[in-house]
Amino acid sequence: MNAQLKAFPLRLDTRQGKVDMTHGSGGRAMAQLIQELFLKHLDNDLLRQANDQASFDVAAGRMVMSVDGHVISPLFFPGGDIGSLAVHGTINDVAMSGARPTYLSAGFILEEGFPLADLEKIVISMSQAASEAGVPIVTGDTKVVEKGKGDGVFITTTGIGVVPAGINISGDRAVPGDRIIVSGSMGDHGVTIMSSRENLEFETSLTSDSAALHSLVEQMVAVAPEIHCLRDPTRGGLATTLNELAQQSQVGMQLSEAEIPVKPAVASACELLGLDPLYVANEGKLICICSEADAQRLLPVMRAHPLGKESAIIGRVIEDPHHFVQMETLFGGSRVVDWLSGEQLPRIC
Amino acid sequence: MKYVDEFRQHKLSRQLAAAIRDEVDPGRSYHLMEFCGGHTHAIFRYGVQDLMPDNVRFIHGPGCPVCVLPVGRIDNAIHLVEAEDVILCTYGDLLRVPASGRNSLIKVKAAGGDVRMVYSTQDALNIARENPDRQVVFLAIGFETTTPPSAVALQQAKREGLKNFSLFCNHVLTPAAIQNILESPEVREIGSVAIHGFFGPSHVSSVIGSRPYEFFAEEFQRPVVIAGFEPLDVMQSALMLIRQLNEGRYEVENEYTRVVTREGNQKAQRLVAEVFELRRSFEWRGLGLVPYSALKVKADYQEYDAEQRFQIPVSPAKEVKGCECPAILRGAKRPTDCKLFGVVCTPDNPMGSCMVSSEGACAAYWSYGRFRQPEAKSA
Repeated sequence: MNAQLKAFPLRLDTRQGKVDMTHGSGGRAMAQLIQELFLKHLDNDLLRQANDQASFDVAAGRMVMSVDGHVISPLFFPGGDIGSLAVHGTINDVAMSGARPTYLSAGFILEEGFPLADLEKIVISMSQAASEAGVPIVTGDTKVVEKGKGDGVFITTTGIGVVPAGINISGDRAVPGDRIIVSGSMGDHGVTIMSSRENLEFETSLTSDSAALHSLVEQMVAVAPEIHCLRDPTRGGLATTLNELAQQSQVGMQLSEAEIPVKPAVASACELLGLDPLYVANEGKLICICSEADAQRLLPVMRAHPLGKESAIIGRVIEDPHHFVQMETLFGGSRVVDWLSGEQLPRIC
Repeated sequence: MKYVDEFRQHKLSRQLAAAIRDEVDPGRSYHLMEFCGGHTHAIFRYGVQDLMPDNVRFIHGPGCPVCVLPVGRIDNAIHLVEAEDVILCTYGDLLRVPASGRNSLIKVKAAGGDVRMVYSTQDALNIARENPDRQVVFLAIGFETTTPPSAVALQQAKREGLKNFSLFCNHVLTPAAIQNILESPEVREIGSVAIHGFFGPSHVSSVIGSRPYEFFAEEFQRPVVIAGFEPLDVMQSALMLIRQLNEGRYEVENEYTRVVTREGNQKAQRLVAEVFELRRSFEWRGLGLVPYSALKVKADYQEYDAEQRFQIPVSPAKEVKGCECPAILRGAKRPTDCKLFGVVCTPDNPMGSCMVSSEGACAAYWSYGRFRQPEAKSA
């Protein structure tokens, strides 16, 4: 590597420097960015080979693959940033099949003028998230777009994983009688992001729940290999994800509002903004649908895991030709919990 | 959540439901109009109707600011963005309201128009300060609740001498609209629409007080109970209305005493009076032209009045054919009476304004209540 370092007589200026068009041109500046920023922090055997692809042996059995684009604003928020989110998000998408995630790729679209210091912070955070999860980023790509054509940085991550034998988890497998479990409080991530948006500052001690859920999933499938559905309620929140599952499985769902964990700070912020926590995004929570017997087996296992301490059974799957998700409200009435329409926009008065 | 959970307790709701059941006379019906979209939202979100006896019916009124804004005013706002190249700031709900020609502010924004969603008038002022070379217009809508912040913004703009900020005023007034509904032929003529009592708005009343309702409680002999927005408030207020009706009383009562006084917030009232004055008449969706039902910017502040600063054409806006929003807003029809409801008009693709805001009767029916319809239309 020493020979290569000499190719760049001046070190990459990660304090004052900014991304410019040459960083995506395929020339020396790009090589230096890869060497002194990406490789420096994300270093692993496969990435260091510096090929256009990562090459590795695969285990026998069923593999899964998932891709996720990250375009958030703001890029940094309490409890994480776009880097850690890009790692966690894709690991979770892979893990929701019951798979053990093995490798990740990362594609960066950088906007001209983006501070290299911020980029380095993001890459360090990705590196930490990937190494904590034990899922290395083994190949990547960088492109630069002109100023005004991007929003700082967009990161797309792809992940692959191996499904243990005998596991068959899919969104179309919920059947009437199943129980619906969530692994913790709803809405933490979305409210944290909103509270740190420029035009909506309000004080909160909340942090994003962004986390990689594969170790929780691993323990869950170990005690209950017959789990029917797993999904992480990200964009659109719990309500939207349950509607997806109800539609896919052609069933209805009956929830109990009293059982759904929501942190008081999240509930208050939503009250203030006219939002509903059931529609607010999560990045470190999962929904599990399984038989009642499995639910009883899973609950203690999930609650013993640091990412599942507040796990709760929030409802059950029912027969319903309309595939509605319904909820008994805290108040004792009942209502439909519908799909999110458009964006969740605050009400006026 | 302190001061909120107390008003959503299941145990209390059951007690109140029992009290209401005891109070109602099974031989008569109770049609209670909640004027305010906030109440409509609470009734649906918490399933309050489920806790009522069959002969107590909620009629959803026109108190959703987004729903009553006529199509023409949205067309005007779009004109400001497209023809005058202004930065248009407004509250989020308004972005999806359908304008003429199936246009909307959100589509204008997607096509490159500079439309920005703000959370307060202060955000709009900041945008004006940060963009001294651009004209910034705040599209102001809402009832008496949102009017004081608009007044403050204009005072600030004047004090700072901001040359690039103006306000497109669409503020409307509650008492005039309630009176209009009570005077409408459907309500006056027997056998058409029966409205026996009113839930008075909560936040609006925190500004204007309970006194403005005294006139029509007396004049139209209908009880009014100022009700808070929490579900227990709505139930307690329903009980108070039912009691008044049973006892043949028609008074203004205040359930929302933790916020509302008879005189209201006089400081806010003075603020509004300094900046705004009554319009001779204003068009409401559903109600048509209602005399003295809206505000306009006073002459003293005319340089901050978008209607003075820009040439805004009068647009001959048309409602979508078949859309029953006007009748629904008057309480004359239910959302399910509309042929478009759930067929071509859904919250994802609203044809009428009542389907846009979650406070609109159609959106609330669709989102929270459609499992009640035996022939529910599946999306």
